[in-house]
Amino acid sequence: MKNVMSNKTVIALYVLPALLLILVLVYVPIVLTGYYGLMDWDGIGKMKFIGLENYIDLLKDKMFWSSTYHSFQLAIFSTISLLLYLVISLVLASKIKGSDLLRKIYLIPMLLSSVAIAQLWLKIFDPNNGMINSLLEMMGVENAPVWLADPNVVLYAIFIPIIWQYAGFYIIIYYAALKNVPEELVEAARIDGANPVQIAYKIKLPLIAGVFKVTIVLAIVGSLKYFDLIWVMTGGGPNGASEVMASYMYSEAFKSYNFGYGSAIGFALLVICLIMTWFIRKLTAANDNNNQF
Amino acid sequence: MFNKKALTLVFTLVMLSFLALAGCSSSGSDEEANGSNESSDSGESSGEQVTIDFMHLWPEGSSKAQYTIVDDIIKSYEKENPNVKIKTEILANEQYKDKIKVLAASNELPDVGITWAAGYLQPFVEGNMFTPLDDIIESDFKDSFVSGTTEAFALEDTTYGLPLELNITPVYYNKEIFEQNNLEVPQTYDEFLNVVQTLVDKGITPITVGNKDAWTGSMWYMYLADRIGGPSALNSAIDRSGSFEDEALVKAAEEIKKLVDMDAFVKGFNGLSNDEAKGYFMNEQAAMYLMATWELPNYTTSPDVSDEFKEKVGYFKFPTYDGGKGDIDSFVGGPGVGLFVAEDSQVKEEAKKFVSYLVKEWGKHSVTDAGVIPATKVDTSNIDLDQMYIDILEDLNNASNLTLYADVQMSPGVAQVHLDMIQALFGGQVSPEEFAKKQEEALADEE
Repeated sequence: MKNVMSNKTVIALYVLPALLLILVLVYVPIVLTGYYGLMDWDGIGKMKFIGLENYIDLLKDKMFWSSTYHSFQLAIFSTISLLLYLVISLVLASKIKGSDLLRKIYLIPMLLSSVAIAQLWLKIFDPNNGMINSLLEMMGVENAPVWLADPNVVLYAIFIPIIWQYAGFYIIIYYAALKNVPEELVEAARIDGANPVQIAYKIKLPLIAGVFKVTIVLAIVGSLKYFDLIWVMTGGGPNGASEVMASYMYSEAFKSYNFGYGSAIGFALLVICLIMTWFIRKLTAANDNNNQF
Repeated sequence: MFNKKALTLVFTLVMLSFLALAGCSSSGSDEEANGSNESSDSGESSGEQVTIDFMHLWPEGSSKAQYTIVDDIIKSYEKENPNVKIKTEILANEQYKDKIKVLAASNELPDVGITWAAGYLQPFVEGNMFTPLDDIIESDFKDSFVSGTTEAFALEDTTYGLPLELNITPVYYNKEIFEQNNLEVPQTYDEFLNVVQTLVDKGITPITVGNKDAWTGSMWYMYLADRIGGPSALNSAIDRSGSFEDEALVKAAEEIKKLVDMDAFVKGFNGLSNDEAKGYFMNEQAAMYLMATWELPNYTTSPDVSDEFKEKVGYFKFPTYDGGKGDIDSFVGGPGVGLFVAEDSQVKEEAKKFVSYLVKEWGKHSVTDAGVIPATKVDTSNIDLDQMYIDILEDLNNASNLTLYADVQMSPGVAQVHLDMIQALFGGQVSPEEFAKKQEEALADEE
């Protein structure tokens, strides 16, 4: 085995398929998207080169900035909800009764496709026959909110299924990390008289800080390019109140037939994601040096 | 140890999936190769084995009647032409529109598919995606289309689609709800407002509309524009002989705003899709529903709807507006969907033959089996039809005008602005003046 793995041609041979796939499926489309962004193109007919016009329009486009704002709202929101997931995993990992069952329950939404989740929550949010409004009416609330149809509420209404959807994923990650914390440390602390909150805060959390950082990056980048659930539930509406960058890109490219402009949005989305990833890594790297873990 | 095992497993899986992928593609080409071998061996007149890819938008779940007709036609076509295989892909309306665009962008349109008329067609024709069908109209359909239907699918005197449906858009209403509240079918807009107000006072939802799909709200707007300003008001704004800031068009927008303020429309309409909104009408939670006649099967022939409900459904023509220029026999409507054949199809001739067959058979079956009005002329004299269907057909024959759906008339970019503005108008986010101004700008920009 050692001999084989030191042979450069063999290494190249093994790396090649994955490299080819990633080139064709990821890097080539990125370059092409940037290139299409320079075109005036409806996606069907002839392309016309217009230089940076699409990108300049983009900077002046109110709708683009409001969709960017919504994406960042989602990012902040999902980062905050990480804390909730963390608390849940701490409880689950502390050997309470039925934690196995609970863990499975939290995981179920992750097994459903986004479209199924969207359909499910569309029914729940239905303004007249939906579960939430029926409950509210039973409790005597008049003029229950119309959720997905109210531009001031829609974005927050959509955040709820998103939290629900990703709970299982992050809880599993945290749970696994917490299970890796050596039992001896926890026991030693307990003997020294630390209470459960202290143990969680002073021992467990520092030990899984690395995992926590990774999940922050995942949550933020995932939110910035989030698309499917929002698209199925509202299509970015009403009137762009729930439009995020990816859904705006989609409706420009495929609904308004501005393929060139849609590509420009896609490219901007990529740049924003890259900047954010770099930024978060910078932040957390600084942390690493200070604290030494 | 475990890691190594896992690694091996992953590698094996990856390799397997490669094999599977390769297997798929090679079997596909094998089939084709076999097909051509067979034909050259037998040398019969049946010709080469061909597969025609066909995409349509009538899923079995939501459009059973249409689905069954198409399915039957395909089966009988395959029987008559054993060398032809039709491969179908079926998506619901909105998904269909999205997918066809993606396929067009990547140059992979199906051989035969569904298209809409006029403005929708334009980018596809300009991109050289659809093949002209004038030759089959000339040879197979001389004078059999209702006049005006194929024209809607023509650009610069070349026809790119064969129309399947012809629709008008009546207001369906629940007779029982009307009777229980002592309401009469409204003839004038004031009577209509009275109906709405009475129902609102009783706590019944007067109108259901799924304005998340804003073309449904657009129909309400179009009717008001027509009744106030006559058929020419909206049409001339779109063809640029007039302006969208026309007085009648702004006034129609004001009337929409009034209806919204009266709570005429179902709660949360901007978040409901057309199918969800339809559910309110079908469940008798709303009294009125404005939709084109492609909904007729649900009120006449569809086996999935109870007869009890079907009997409760009636329809009326959109009422006249006091002092307005439009008359009651003017309809929003026109040809619905049509069939196209892709320009770069490998089996263009076979696809054309199939399209011609499909349209002919559709003309025969759609009336009796689905209760859909085909774009080919209907001879109703010796078939037993539902009364509602006969009435609609008569109204269609007496129509003084058909205004094609605004979002179909406009080119896709402008249509999107129109739909966004309709949603904003209904949602109260723009004033009627802004509503008109934004669309005028979009239309002027495009000139």
